[in-house]
Amino acid sequence: MSVIEARFSAREGKLTGAVEMIHGAGGRATAELIRTLFRRHLDNPLLAQGNDQAAFPVAAGRMVMTTDAHVIAPLFFPGGDIGSLAVHGTINDVAMAGARPLYLSAAFVLEEGFPLADLDRIVASMAQASGAAGVPIVTGDTKVVEKGKGDGVFITTTGIGIVPDGVEISGDRALPGDMVLLSGSIGDHGIAVLSKRENLTFETEILSDSAALHTLVADMVGAVPGIRVLRDPTRGGLGATLNEIAQQSGVGIHLDEAAIPIKPDVSAACELLGLDPLYIANEGKLIAIAPPEKAQLLLAVMRAHPLARDAAIIGEVKHDPHAFVQMRTRFGGNRMVDWLAGDPLPRIC
Amino acid sequence: MKFVDEFRDEALAKGLAAAIAREANPARRYSIMEFCGGHTHAIFRYGVQDLMPENVGFVHGPGCPVCVLPIGRIDNALELAEEHGVILCSYGDMLRVPASKRRSLLKAKAEGADVRMVYSVDDALRIARDNPGREVLFFAIGFETTTPPTAVALRIARAEGLKNFSVFCNHVLTPAALNHLLTAAAVDVDAFIGPSHVSSVIGSRPYEYFTETFRRPVVIAGFEPLDVMQAALMAIRQLNAGHAEVENQYIRVVTREGNLKARAIVDEVFERRESFEWRGLGAVPDSALTIREAYAAFDAEKRFSIVTRSAPDAKSCECAEILRGAKKPVDCKLFGKGCTPDSPVGSCMVSSEGACAAYWTYGRFRREAA
Ligand code: SF4
Repeated sequence: MSVIEARFSAREGKLTGAVEMIHGAGGRATAELIRTLFRRHLDNPLLAQGNDQAAFPVAAGRMVMTTDAHVIAPLFFPGGDIGSLAVHGTINDVAMAGARPLYLSAAFVLEEGFPLADLDRIVASMAQASGAAGVPIVTGDTKVVEKGKGDGVFITTTGIGIVPDGVEISGDRALPGDMVLLSGSIGDHGIAVLSKRENLTFETEILSDSAALHTLVADMVGAVPGIRVLRDPTRGGLGATLNEIAQQSGVGIHLDEAAIPIKPDVSAACELLGLDPLYIANEGKLIAIAPPEKAQLLLAVMRAHPLARDAAIIGEVKHDPHAFVQMRTRFGGNRMVDWLAGDPLPRIC
Repeated sequence: MKFVDEFRDEALAKGLAAAIAREANPARRYSIMEFCGGHTHAIFRYGVQDLMPENVGFVHGPGCPVCVLPIGRIDNALELAEEHGVILCSYGDMLRVPASKRRSLLKAKAEGADVRMVYSVDDALRIARDNPGREVLFFAIGFETTTPPTAVALRIARAEGLKNFSVFCNHVLTPAALNHLLTAAAVDVDAFIGPSHVSSVIGSRPYEYFTETFRRPVVIAGFEPLDVMQAALMAIRQLNAGHAEVENQYIRVVTREGNLKARAIVDEVFERRESFEWRGLGAVPDSALTIREAYAAFDAEKRFSIVTRSAPDAKSCECAEILRGAKKPVDCKLFGKGCTPDSPVGSCMVSSEGACAAYWTYGRFRREAA
């Protein structure tokens, strides 16, 4: 029996012990960590080959590839953890090209001393997320850094996928007159994470919206292949993401505040902390920009999917050489929705 | 949340806008100064100015604690972090404010100083407990609202006998600044909107002096956009009737006497400074607090023998005029050119409650459209 297995069985199925430098040295301990922890959860035929890479047949057409590094504090939060987040985030980045995600890879940077039980939980959660999404993790890597040189666990995931013929989705394709759709309420993820920061004490029942959106995207591009832009408003929230699109496409975007879905608990927490929900991160929402004549159809398709029941049309693309994002406030006034300068910070007084 | 939505109701906003349009006399102008950055922020974030008739305008006052701190005091903080090797704790916005030579606490942090962003003074206390071998310093700023928590922290530190904790006190007082604006700076405004969170501590009484002496109405208002609109209507009504009284829009929290318990704790720990420099206003008598002798062990100014030297604002920066309500952000040559929230020259562009940041972040399209 290996050392890690011994630890595993020692306490009623709970791993004990911690990550040690030797787990990253590439020798027997590394192999054992991979076999007994990573592969135990993530097993699939490609990974089981045990090579340093995964080989698979290539389909015709256009492939997309994306990579994302995940660093988050705390590692476990209401509604998810860094493991499921690393899977969902990358699946979503592939899907936002209108693509069908095929495979993922995952690289772990572990900090010496990190509890193996927590690592086990994280990897199990990745396995669960990738299994549920039908997108296997087919290759990976593990490195260990000395104590104090990491933040527990960093995970980098890479994803590849295939874009169906006739789909041409990109951030620079928005045109004046297009409609802006949002798949659901904003800010849930960011507020769920903030609520667990040790120095912020507020009570909320809000769960992260972390989810894989590729089946929603498949329904959407199936019904409206002419969707021009798709993007998931993660870090920087709706505000930053719309600014990116406006800049890429060289257009203005006008939002209607009253149409933007937001949960009462999220708006209450934002109020308390002096944060603007427009800039709070999401992990299971998407923005779609589509020609006006297709907007109602697209909205209906989105609302039929469980991950987009609260979808709404929230604004319109306008001609504007300044590429400003503006919003008609609930009151009937106007304001800009600017890029964020620095991190959103809770207010002082 | 019920408590928020009631104050953001669109129908109520339209009703108030209509009432203001009806009651504002087209033959005159109404210039209303919102003292506090929280109001400036609400006005811009909700587009309140769009709902006002042409002749009703808001003038932004000096009520942003980050904006009014003079450069010399930030230089002091930099020195403490860099030369005395303390763990310096402060609020996020404060870390980005340019000090002399456009340095900032954030830049010092990048260069290796131990500067930490905290959400409250409690975090600083916790850091002190967790690092008994290090000096931990809380860079305290703010108006009457943030003062009671600092006072409580000092009491806790003394009760626990913390040896490594001190406070660099930069707490300032609203009524003194208002007095200075009306006398020395002679601002040209017709009425004031007073900050409710300050009055929830000090009460509405300290403003009675202004209405009597300077004959300008003061309406104490909450920070919701509807609060601001209602306060504007109340000010307009007073001006039309030739009245100058302290009115309390925010009766849901503010009383005439304020929070007596909080005031007592503040009195126990702090006393008034004879004079304190404000960015934009210069030396203002009786306008700030310092730590009393009984708590001297926790006073960073004594512990590190801090001497504050007055340092000039950046060249061409108009923060001083803006904080006095004498100019608008767009009047500054640097606005949006050398100075943006990503690369601020003056403090008014740093804080989310600063007038320049509010203009740039929420109102830029107006300038482009004009
Ligand atoms: S735009 Fe910048 S430099 Fe000009 S007054 Fe405002 S903060 Fe100062």
